[in-house]
Amino acid sequence: MTELQAGQGAQPLEVPRIDARPQRYRDVLIALAAFVLLALLPMVFGSKQLLDFVIRCAAYGLFATSLNLLVGYTGLISFGHGMFFGLGAYGFGLMMQKTGVPIPVAFVATLAMTFVVAVVIGAICVRLREIYFAFVTLAFQMLIHSTILSWQSLTGGDQGLRGGIPRPPFLGIDLSNHLHLYITSCALLVIGLFLMRQIAQSPFGYTLRMIRDNATRASFIGIDVWRAKLVIFVLAALFAATGGIIMALFVSGAYPEFAYWTISGEGIFINMLGGVTTFLGPMVGTVLLLILNDTVTRLTEYHGIVLGIVILFFAIGLRKGLMDFVVEWYGHRRGEGRG
Amino acid sequence: MDLDALASCLTSPACLVTQTTSGLIIGMLLFLVAVGLTLIFGVLKVVNFSHGAFYMFGAYFAMTAYQLTGSFALAILSGAVGTALLGLIFERAFMSRVYGRDVLMQLLVCYAFVLIFDDVVRMIWGPEFRSMGMPAAFQVPPLFIAGGVVPPYYLLLIGVALVAAVVLGLGLARSRIGKVIRAAAHNPGMVSALGINTGLIYGGVFALGGMLAGLAGALAAPVRSLTPGMGFSVLIESFIVTVIGGMGSILGALIGALLIGLIRSFGSLGFPLFTEGLMYLFMVIVLVSRPTGLFGKEVA
Repeated sequence: MTELQAGQGAQPLEVPRIDARPQRYRDVLIALAAFVLLALLPMVFGSKQLLDFVIRCAAYGLFATSLNLLVGYTGLISFGHGMFFGLGAYGFGLMMQKTGVPIPVAFVATLAMTFVVAVVIGAICVRLREIYFAFVTLAFQMLIHSTILSWQSLTGGDQGLRGGIPRPPFLGIDLSNHLHLYITSCALLVIGLFLMRQIAQSPFGYTLRMIRDNATRASFIGIDVWRAKLVIFVLAALFAATGGIIMALFVSGAYPEFAYWTISGEGIFINMLGGVTTFLGPMVGTVLLLILNDTVTRLTEYHGIVLGIVILFFAIGLRKGLMDFVVEWYGHRRGEGRG
Repeated sequence: MDLDALASCLTSPACLVTQTTSGLIIGMLLFLVAVGLTLIFGVLKVVNFSHGAFYMFGAYFAMTAYQLTGSFALAILSGAVGTALLGLIFERAFMSRVYGRDVLMQLLVCYAFVLIFDDVVRMIWGPEFRSMGMPAAFQVPPLFIAGGVVPPYYLLLIGVALVAAVVLGLGLARSRIGKVIRAAAHNPGMVSALGINTGLIYGGVFALGGMLAGLAGALAAPVRSLTPGMGFSVLIESFIVTVIGGMGSILGALIGALLIGLIRSFGSLGFPLFTEGLMYLFMVIVLVSRPTGLFGKEVA
């Protein structure tokens, strides 16, 4: 993780504020403003495609941002984070199809199930370091994917959960109404991002950065590194599952691809594209990747080549994500202006 | 789950022979791919996520050469040499730019090439399944050992893989180049200070790794169908093999590959739908009990 190590990066180590309240008020205001803007969007541009795009951004954005809590903040390169996206989609879809409980109950129950699974898998994975961590998470992801494929009676195997997910109205919200689904997705996105931001800015968030920069030192000053890693692994899993739930609601089903390793690969690519050192980098990456995917798929059948070249441009040419680049460039410019 | 089928096979010599042979060829092909992967990791310290593409190219090169010349030996040769060249170019032009950088960058460069290579194959050879067909020399009746069916081609495949394993093992342990490679893996700075061109060694090791994967692909071409993206499942399996064996250990790759081959072959009887799951489960069990694999060393 040389790129992320303290002292080598261009940015100085952030110093946590002792009183975090002013920042929290600012975050609340930003979150409210973002939500209002998103909610007003359908009145300005009524196109269904745009709303669909935002819903997909909400699903992938929550997933990618939660992955960045692991990759960017803690230095845990998970190659299996997509399993929680898939678990969220399947858990929620199955709960709605089989039990007929109200949507909020299914939502909470799915997160509870994800919590249990993430604690068990996380307890095993976070013992391992670097590439071994990446591969054991990948193995768990593929294990879950294989289970979904082979447990046909429950999951429908490679056909996925079909027949649609029932979406009975609750509290005046009817998720089979496209506009309601849109507003709910935006609300989940904004709330999720706000919560993750609070985690990242909390003392615990700074503990994670310390573990990323120097785990040995962190354990010497009395931090339980294993526990901190496990806590963030589980928290990130919950947000990824929320993304999966949005996705299941959006497509009204769940498919094995949601739990396939490529979801994790895309998540890492999104983070790379947007940048891992800023909180909103993954969101920017999500928007970029979805736009890129949509346009490239329309223009050519060989979209692998185009995507590959874009990745190479970022990895070898730019050597960092877009937001990292912008922040650094802005920092330089401001620094020069002052000097 | 069909445990009865598994139990009845385990008690029948004919079935045991058939399943063990098929497990061995899966294992041997995996070994060739995985040993290249583990070699590249051991020396260059990068995880070559695009390694499966070399297996795929090896198979397609062999098929094309066989269709053009009709010679099976030339097919195998072009599979191996073609991927060696490809590996050399790939390493010098791209991978060498991300050494010592973030693991994430290395993975991304490889991921980019997984996407690019698959599309290149789709452009050149088309998206549909292709098959090379069994070379004429091996279209002979199978051998029967204890009642079990053993196609002669399987014996060739196992033989070639074993020879490759021995040559590689002895070469690394005894030859001068092998010693230089091991030294470069251990302390590249020192090797470079002694006036040895480490860039050349890195390129050579990458080419060797690519060649082994290409050889596996060429050997697999007569018995597998060829399709863009075929490298991927092999890649994942060879990762499991290297991780089980311990990243960087050649002996580990051999044992890991044989274990995975046997698990696949016998698992397909007892757990037809969950055969892949068994491998992942096995990997998880190994990593939980030995976090650096069976023969891996903890590197601080």
